[in-house]
Amino acid sequence: MLSTRVLSRGLLRSARPRSTAFFTPRRMITTESIPASDASSILAAQRLLRPVSPHLSIYQAQLTWYMSMTTRITGVALSGVFYLYAIGYVLASPFGVDMSVANVSKKWGELNGAIKTAVKAPLAACFGYHFWNGVRHLVWDTGRELTVRGVYRTGYGVLGLTALSTLGLLVI
Amino acid sequence: MASLRQPTLRLLASSNIRRVASPTIFNTTRSLATLAEGEVAQKKQPLIKKFSIYRWSPDEPTKKPQMQEYSLDLNECGPMVLDALIKIKNEMDPTLTFRRSCREGICGSCAMNIEGTNTLACLSRINRDASSTSRIYPLPHMYVVKDLVPDLTNFYKQYKSIQPYLQSKEPAPNGKEFLQSKEDRKKLDGLYECILCACCSTSCPSYWWNQEEYLGPAVLMQAYRWLADSRDGKSGQRKDMLDNSMSLYRCHTIMNCARTCPKGLNPGLAIAKIKMMMVQSA
Repeated sequence: MLSTRVLSRGLLRSARPRSTAFFTPRRMITTESIPASDASSILAAQRLLRPVSPHLSIYQAQLTWYMSMTTRITGVALSGVFYLYAIGYVLASPFGVDMSVANVSKKWGELNGAIKTAVKAPLAACFGYHFWNGVRHLVWDTGRELTVRGVYRTGYGVLGLTALSTLGLLVI
Repeated sequence: MASLRQPTLRLLASSNIRRVASPTIFNTTRSLATLAEGEVAQKKQPLIKKFSIYRWSPDEPTKKPQMQEYSLDLNECGPMVLDALIKIKNEMDPTLTFRRSCREGICGSCAMNIEGTNTLACLSRINRDASSTSRIYPLPHMYVVKDLVPDLTNFYKQYKSIQPYLQSKEPAPNGKEFLQSKEDRKKLDGLYECILCACCSTSCPSYWWNQEEYLGPAVLMQAYRWLADSRDGKSGQRKDMLDNSMSLYRCHTIMNCARTCPKGLNPGLAIAKIKMMMVQSA
């Protein structure tokens, strides 16, 4: 090492003729030596700070995942209504509030048409969508319609059937 | 063909031989094309397109990731998004960091989220509508190493975990190699072409939320590639490894994977076939 250093100094000096200043080796970049054992702790410290790249907010709206998401949301909404009614039935009855099916349907019949439609329409849409998309999933489970074209064809089919069944349920 | 390098032979071999009479026949050098008199090279009007690119640097880890805008003249740039990125890096901002290698869609390095969908920058044409800004992000829901470079360590570990190689219980029957019928070989078409770019896995919302445990579409399609191979003797163990609630069954048939695959493959279908295999063997 020593010999090469001396040699390179000599070469450098000859390559820079007529330097007025006394030769001082200058480095533009400073480095610090880190033992190899520190590598993993440095990496771990870096990894703690690194961000997760954006996902939901930047991914293109596509029929595929939007319909999947809607299935989940309609399922949660429908079961939420069911749970609320069941819990309400249990909690309210000690206070003398009658939430039996007979009483609720009697009260429901006394409501005016506009309110009934406003309540029924979203429920019917949620139910229709969840039902038809459930059928779509059963078809998929047999390995059919699992191409991009099939996914879109059945997707639009589900949306059409949902519209029809929602109208049908509103008419009843 | 080496003999064709000799100019006289090359002339004989070429179809130009019919245009002999000309005295220039022995002139074997080509000059550059020149414009005829009166012909003026018409420079196209610059078509300025804006690119908005995700930036984050580990050198300033506490600085939040941000979008940086670059404007390029598309008439001075190649047709693909990767050409634009390379031009930006070469001429405007050398700190812009991204992976690239083959520039022809076979290495999978330049996988990123371009205008909302995951694809390979080298296979993705620049949208020439200059009124819209082209937004480029790293693959979604991945740890960022720098700018457009995601950390794929976990993805590769998952790939390793499915043992992506032929495993046989017995040595080859003829003592040399495992043979396969044409029909059996056909079952691997549409599976072996995967370049593991991770576009599909990182397009999958299920993989976004359960990356630690769910294997994701790309790795599961490779799992099926080995399950479907007639020469493999360990399909029982392979299925056992997938037989839990997370590895395989976090697939909810969302099908973003098939929608986004830059190679036109269908990981969703491969996963459905694994599910059917699991039912049949149970």
